[in-house]
Amino acid sequence: MTDAHTTKAFDSDLQELARMVAEMGGLAEKQVADAVDALAKRDTALAQRITQSDAVIDALQSGIEEKAVLTIARRQPLAIDLREIVAALRLANDLERIGDLAKNIAKRVIALNAEFPPPKLIRGVEHMADLVLGQMKAVLDAYAQRDLSKAMAVWRGDEEIDAMTTSVFRELLTYMMEDPRNITFCIHLLFCAKNIERMGDHATNIAETVHYMIEGHPITDKRPKGDDTTAFATLRAAGDR
Amino acid sequence: MSIAAVTVPNVTHTATDTSTLSEKVSVRNLDFFYGDFRALKTINVPLYAGKVTAFIGPSGCGKSTLLRVLNRMYDLYPNQRATGEVLLDGENLLSPSQDLNLLRARVGMVFQKPTPFPMTIYENIAFGIRLYEKLSKSELDDRVKHALDRAALWNEVKDKLGANGQSLSGGQQQRLCIARTVAVRPEVILFDEPCSALDPISTAKIEELIDELKDDYTIAIVTHNMQQAARVSDFTAFMYLGELVEFGQTSKIFTTPSDRRTQDYITGRFG
Repeated sequence: MTDAHTTKAFDSDLQELARMVAEMGGLAEKQVADAVDALAKRDTALAQRITQSDAVIDALQSGIEEKAVLTIARRQPLAIDLREIVAALRLANDLERIGDLAKNIAKRVIALNAEFPPPKLIRGVEHMADLVLGQMKAVLDAYAQRDLSKAMAVWRGDEEIDAMTTSVFRELLTYMMEDPRNITFCIHLLFCAKNIERMGDHATNIAETVHYMIEGHPITDKRPKGDDTTAFATLRAAGDR
Repeated sequence: MSIAAVTVPNVTHTATDTSTLSEKVSVRNLDFFYGDFRALKTINVPLYAGKVTAFIGPSGCGKSTLLRVLNRMYDLYPNQRATGEVLLDGENLLSPSQDLNLLRARVGMVFQKPTPFPMTIYENIAFGIRLYEKLSKSELDDRVKHALDRAALWNEVKDKLGANGQSLSGGQQQRLCIARTVAVRPEVILFDEPCSALDPISTAKIEELIDELKDDYTIAIVTHNMQQAARVSDFTAFMYLGELVEFGQTSKIFTTPSDRRTQDYITGRFG
């Protein structure tokens, strides 16, 4: 960590911003975990609560933006201070999107009300969610501890989630072809899987932001990606059978 | 203190593509002494032609001293001496054979406090020109107008050129001093905290002026205002305790400085 500023109030401003981001991160993690839980247990009451508590995350994002703008106006931050504030703004953005995606899963749980997808299918989505939650926890720790290597591990880890998404796609497709009555909940599950995959992308964004915050320049390597074209090829092949 | 015993400070020179730049001024192994006190320690820094170089650092770090070496202002005081080289277009300014009057016409200086002469606005400008050149009345008029124009002051004073220079506002006086500097057609202009006594509007006008002047002159500016350095300069040098700590492109120094001391200073974490 860097030394204290001569102006103590500047330190408090930056600490408060980091605290708000951490709080937002904690809430977003909980929303994701709850959404997947609600999906696994088809708990519509929990899903309802999730859709309502998204507003808290949104409010925190506005709060962070306001605090960041005020701090920039007041302190004219430079170097690491400026990067910390820019990072807080970016993280708030990504976390808000993660919250929205969790809310979308919750809405689908509500829509699925009467449907009972086989637990085997849900398990694939749950497994993806476990991976994403692990990534989110690690990247938020990397942010809080200014840990570059941890952030980079998250950045590289997104590939696995992408690969999982492809396998869940394939599984759902097979199931839909078996019986058209499965299509409705399979489509919902497909969207849930896609939402979780996007959460992983946001965790990767956060890892990139943490890298920028610490190093002062963006990651120059290409983002590792589970190849999407392969996924579509797989889907087409499955559809042709 | 013997020079030989002095260690060369470790300066971070940020990697910059300087292939398109030419060094108007090259400071080489410069040491400066006020009596026995070594105020500058083995300074090596370039001033690139047509660029603005800002010198930042806490009070007493030597930045104003360095500026005073660049046009040998220190020669006016006893017991002050400089060793090393300051090359202006390859010619050593510190050489005893240097014509100081000519040097100060080539390297102009604007000070912290506006210092108009107690004479008319017109004479404030014409005075310096007459020292170096013999011009006809109409030529002189043109030069005065041009200088006031360059200093963005012409429109405000064209109807009162006969008024006393000291009757102008602080910001106008500072621009009058810039006009006076520009009038003798220098190659390098040194600004020593030119805005520290000015309000934000006058400051903005001076900064705008610096931006316009850099097309024709090589500019060095000492400032305590970090944001000002970030706004007006292309290159920034951070000095501390008589040493040059870091030199590099302003865009780099103010976002990702390489030296911890630079970062601590520009973010307000010093001492």
